[in-house]
Order: sequence, then structure tokens, then C-alpha cells
Amino acid sequence: MSDNIIEAKALSKTFGSFTAVTNLSFSIQQGDVYGFLGQNGAGKSTTIRMLLGLIYPDAGEVYIKGQLFNNQSRHLLQHIGAIIERPDMYLYLSGWDNLKMFARLSGTPIKDLRLYEVLEIVGLKGREQDKVKAYSQGMKQRLGIAIALVHNPDLLILDEPTNGLDPQGIAEMRLLIQSLSRDHGKTILISSHLLYEIEQIATRMIILHRGKKVVEGAVRQLLDPAETLMEVDILPDESISLKLNSSEWNRHIHKMSAEKLVFKMHPSQMPALNNWLVAQGAQVLQIRSSHSLEAYFLSLTNEADVKAGTV
Amino acid sequence: MLRLELYKIFKKPRTYISFGIVTAFALVIQLALVADGKNFIAFAMQGVSAQFDIGGNVLNGYLVTYIILQSLLVQIPLLIALVAGDVLAGEANMGTLRLLLTKPVSRSKIVLVKFTAAVCYALLLLLWLAVIALGLSIIFFGTGDLVNMKSDAFVVLLKDDIMWRYIAAFMFAALAMTTVAALALLLSAFADNSIGPIMGTMGIIVVLMIFSTLDLPIFDVVKQYLFTTHMVGWKGFFDDPVPYDAIRFSAIVLVVYTILFVGATVFYFRKKDIKS
Repeated sequence: MSDNIIEAKALSKTFGSFTAVTNLSFSIQQGDVYGFLGQNGAGKSTTIRMLLGLIYPDAGEVYIKGQLFNNQSRHLLQHIGAIIERPDMYLYLSGWDNLKMFARLSGTPIKDLRLYEVLEIVGLKGREQDKVKAYSQGMKQRLGIAIALVHNPDLLILDEPTNGLDPQGIAEMRLLIQSLSRDHGKTILISSHLLYEIEQIATRMIILHRGKKVVEGAVRQLLDPAETLMEVDILPDESISLKLNSSEWNRHIHKMSAEKLVFKMHPSQMPALNNWLVAQGAQVLQIRSSHSLEAYFLSLTNEADVKAGTV
Repeated sequence: MLRLELYKIFKKPRTYISFGIVTAFALVIQLALVADGKNFIAFAMQGVSAQFDIGGNVLNGYLVTYIILQSLLVQIPLLIALVAGDVLAGEANMGTLRLLLTKPVSRSKIVLVKFTAAVCYALLLLLWLAVIALGLSIIFFGTGDLVNMKSDAFVVLLKDDIMWRYIAAFMFAALAMTTVAALALLLSAFADNSIGPIMGTMGIIVVLMIFSTLDLPIFDVVKQYLFTTHMVGWKGFFDDPVPYDAIRFSAIVLVVYTILFVGATVFYFRKKDIKS
């Protein structure tokens, strides 16, 4: 039997003349923290909604724990906990009432002790009797995660869980998600357009662009450190380019101009390159590494746009 | 699940607006009749007092209740629509429908439970109306024979022959309000905010009521199948003899409409893409 918690096979969805998702297949395995990446409008939310039966695909199928998921097999949703886009809840009810209400709908009997347990996990214990309308955005997100978590599902789907949070809230949410994976053994699908967050959290990822899969795989493999883009700003000097072209650094050159040199290399090679540049008379102003996932993402999506003839 | 739905409905402050409106409305009529009831009765009876000698306590609790019920003909459906039109659209608007539908509960069940909860609310509102209108009117005005004045006749119902008619009338009204709740639920399934379904329900009821009451032969065939024509079927219980065949037909029309509205809601909602 496969380890797939959820599997999408050839999903497609069109809204009127707009194609949101095209022939999308992927699978999430037990233990994955699966990053779902894409710009706004890339098809992330539509795909997640198809996985949860909120939106019906025009074509393709979803399998949850190896079983076909459709309107007749909605019981399979008991294996999943999800928050979609915003943690919208009943504002006029307390956090406790919201949690208890959704717990009762989760398909498994849940004791109050478990409710306290998840409140503890998400750091809301002591605030559960407050009305949700008095909660901050971060608290609402945490309650949303508690609701998703309360029935102890195999898979957590978190669609843009850092939306609307301040930097501290984002950092706290990251720690919480990491703890859910590490300490509570949860398989997590996390969608975001914040690349840095995904890079910090995900073990596997998929990049969507204009409703299509651009790439899927283990983050470590996809973000090979040897492929890091290193940017070196120098005082304009045409001779450096010539010297570089005839040197052993030639194979690392990614882009080059009189004042900016971009290399694709492992960051540990940078000191040696810097020494070489200085020895050649270059006046180095600044060295920085382009954020690896960001650079990777942009290069892939730009490539996809070029192939599609949209740029 | 029904308990959860009822909990949600009765935790919302706006739910109690309806109970407040019904109470205020009934009290206003009762107090007005306490203050000026004799003149009102004299005016209402002036057409028949020349031919008939009507004595005793005409302005009694039963008559006041009848006046209140007739006055609330349009208001009660609006109050029902206020809640029934919100059960799906309100959740879509709040964003909670999304969360609700990620739970392992069938969409048909969600619709049916929400419909049942809306009907429970309608029944409670009617029960409250019964308590306020009938209970308080009897306390304020006492009991007596009911003089039911119609446009072309008047019916006198004996004091001991009235209470069962009110019980039957309230039960029939409950059926009519169930149909209203079903219509509001259907419109609610199409919308992502509550205003549309509430206004839509009222719009449909008002327009169809106009058709139902227009005395034009061209509408005769159609209007006997409009549910609004039959919503006032409860008045039949205050005729003598009671037109049971007509009441039965009205009840059947209302039941058929209710089934159609709820069936259409389930059918549509099962296929609906949740984008809100």
C-alpha cells in the first residue's frame, strides 16, 4: 500500500474562460511538510479546494488514503484538518464554542480534554472563553489550526496560514507549524506565496504557475546549495569580465556586466572567488547571495512564461 | 448537528429582534385597543348593527388575537426570512461555510439540518406569537364569542368553540411559514450574503400575494397554485362550517412547494463550487 495521504491525479478546473488549474498531479506522503508555492492566482487555493471537495474538478480525481474522494465518500475528510485562506469563524461565539462545535462535526467523538490539549498546543489556553471577535488575527489563525487539529487528522492543510500576520506572528506561526510536524508527527500541506517561510518549513514542495505544475520534489534536492546565486558588485571594470572568461571561475558565471557579476555556486566557494577577484584588481563593493528559493522560483516561473510566450 | 445549528441561531443577537418585533407589534395593537377599542368596534360594526343586535363582550381576547394575526400577515414571513435566508448565505458571507464543508458531513445533511433549524425557529416564533397575542389578549380583554367580520358576511363563533380553532390555525400557519423558510433557504443557497435572500423572499411573497389577492379572472387559474394564495388558509378555521376540503388543498399545495424548494436547494447545493 502506498504511503500517500492524499493524491491528486490530473486535476483541471476552469471558471468561465479562465483556466485555474490544468492537468495537475501530485501526491503527499506520510510525514511530509509539503510546500505549495505559487504567485497569487497560480491555482493554489483552487487546487486545495478541490482536494477538500469545496470545488469540483472538471477533470481528474483526488484520492485520500488510497480511496477515491467524492460527494459519496466525504467521510474521508475525517483524515484531514484544514484552514482555507482566512480563519473565518463565528465571531459572536467564544473560541471554546467554535472549537467544540467543529470538533463535533469532525466525525469522531472528542472529549473536552482533547480540546484543552489543542488549545495548549496552539497557545490559546486561558483565552478560550473570550469571544472570537475580540481575538487578534494571529489568535484567529491559531484557533483555526486548533480546529483543524482537534480530531487528530493525518493531514493538515494550511492555506496561507501567515496571511495578515505581523512579522512576529509569522515567526510564531512558523514555529508552531514546525512543532506540529516535529513533535506531533503531522503531515502538513502548507500553501503560501511567502517563499522564505516555505523554505524554512517544507521538506517537499511543488511550484505552480498559471495553474500548471512547474516543478515538484524534495526541497533539499531542488534547492541544491551548489546552485546558489552569488551577486558581486564591483566598480565598473571591463577587464575583469575578460579575465573571468579565461579563468577557472568561468563555469560558475551566471550573468555578467561591467559592475555586476552573478555566479551560480556553493556559498563556501565565495571567499576563494573574492580573493581571486581582488588579486585581479577588482574593487569589490558588495557580495550577497540571492535568496535561493526566491531565485529558483523566479527563474522557473520566468522560464515558464518565456516558454508559454507570455513575456 | 441540529443542536449545533440551533445553538448558532439562538446565540445570534439578531434572532431576538424578531421576537422583540412580534412582542412590540402585538402590544401596540393590544394597548391601542385597550385605549380606543370601543370606538373601533363601533366603527367596524356600523354596517351590521342596523340589522343585528350584537351584545356581550365583543372586544374580547379572541377578537384582538384575530386582528393581530391578520395584521402580521406580511411581517411574520419577513421575520422568518431574516433567519432562514441567512442560514447558508450568512455562513458563506462569514466564511464559515468553507470551514463547515471541510468536515466529513454530507452537503445534503447540512442543507436539511439548516432547514430543520430554520423551521424550529419559525415554530418558536409562532409559539411566542401565540403566547403574546392570545395569552396577553385574554388577560387584557377576557374571553367571549368571536365575531369574525368579513367583507360579505360575519360569523359568530361561540366562546367554547374557539380555542381549538386557534390551535389549528397556528398549526396551519406553521406549515405556511415552513414554506417561507424553504423558499428563503433556496435563495440563500444561491447567494453569498444574506441581504439578497431576505429581500428576494420578501419580494417574491409580496408580488405573489398581489397576484393572489387581485380579483381578475385572468389570474384565477394561476393563483390557485400559488403558495401565497394558500398561506392564509388558517383563516378557514374561523369560518362556520370549517371548509376542510379547501384547507386540505391549501396544506397540500404548501407541502408540495416546501418539498420542491428544499429539493431544489439540496440539488443545487450538492453541486455548488464554494468559492467564497
